[in-house]
Amino acid sequence: MEQAVENKNPWGGGDVKPLGASYGKLMMWFFLMTDALTFSGFLAAYGFSRFKYADEWPIAEEVFTHFPFMHGDHPLLFVALMTFILILSSVTMVLAVNYGHKMERKKVILWLSLTIVGGILFLSSQAWEWGHFIHGLDGVPATLISNPYGHPLFADYFFFITGFHGFHVFSGVVILTIILINVIKGTYEERGHYEMVEKVGLYWHFVDLVWVFVFTFFYLV
Amino acid sequence: MAKETAKGNWWIWKVFWILLIVTAVEVILGIYKPVFMEETMLLGTKLLNHVFIILTLVKAAYIVMTFMHLGHEKKSLKWVIIAPMFILIPYLLFIILVEGLYTHIMM
Repeated sequence: MEQAVENKNPWGGGDVKPLGASYGKLMMWFFLMTDALTFSGFLAAYGFSRFKYADEWPIAEEVFTHFPFMHGDHPLLFVALMTFILILSSVTMVLAVNYGHKMERKKVILWLSLTIVGGILFLSSQAWEWGHFIHGLDGVPATLISNPYGHPLFADYFFFITGFHGFHVFSGVVILTIILINVIKGTYEERGHYEMVEKVGLYWHFVDLVWVFVFTFFYLV
Repeated sequence: MAKETAKGNWWIWKVFWILLIVTAVEVILGIYKPVFMEETMLLGTKLLNHVFIILTLVKAAYIVMTFMHLGHEKKSLKWVIIAPMFILIPYLLFIILVEGLYTHIMM
């Protein structure tokens, strides 16, 4: 299963693995930790500007009030739906990881595919949300320089933070697709374990985790 | 891998319902904004915002500890990941938000 090739595998120094985790998994954790700090930096910067321009800062609920195919004001409803999609795709991801542990290839394929569908749904929702935001109010569009909602920085942070998160989701969809192809090809069956699914799962949950914070600090607070 | 995760899937759905309910509570509070939560101030912000932040941290803990399995990793790994967060993020927020308030008052 895990034969360490002598002197080639940096993790092959003996039976005891550092921190009890494989090399790949540990590095994924380290990456996620640094990425979490990056997002903290973004959200903290958002907080700074919001505090500094407290008088001109728009209230998110008054900006994002639309829902597809529905008229009138529905604050928070669409973001709530996006959050729900992402939580659900997180659940399908855990299920894929869990079936990976049990070496049930067919079920891994099923749940991994559903996770990808969830990711694509989320990205589409975000495209809709962006479209609506950019479209603006009363013919005044939102750009990086100005927007009809309030202080210009509000739109900048919106594009930057949700865009950076959205790009994470997009990368996740790409990585998941590659892993799915490998699962279908039987690469991990041959390898004897589905740890790669677990590792991409860590990344996917992290993306969900970031969204939980973006949801709170951009839309709720 | 040798690690036994033979237990069924019920725990996954349990966490799903917890996350869903907590999010629903957040959304309902965000839409209806109970007056007493809006008016009660605590540590410079509304009680409602404290509630949002606490609920968010609850969700984050569930995602990290169960979905990401950090709760089942070795204690050393757990702390290697969590300790930097607990030290650096509150520090960053403290410095930056205090400065944000200052620039609001002074500029």
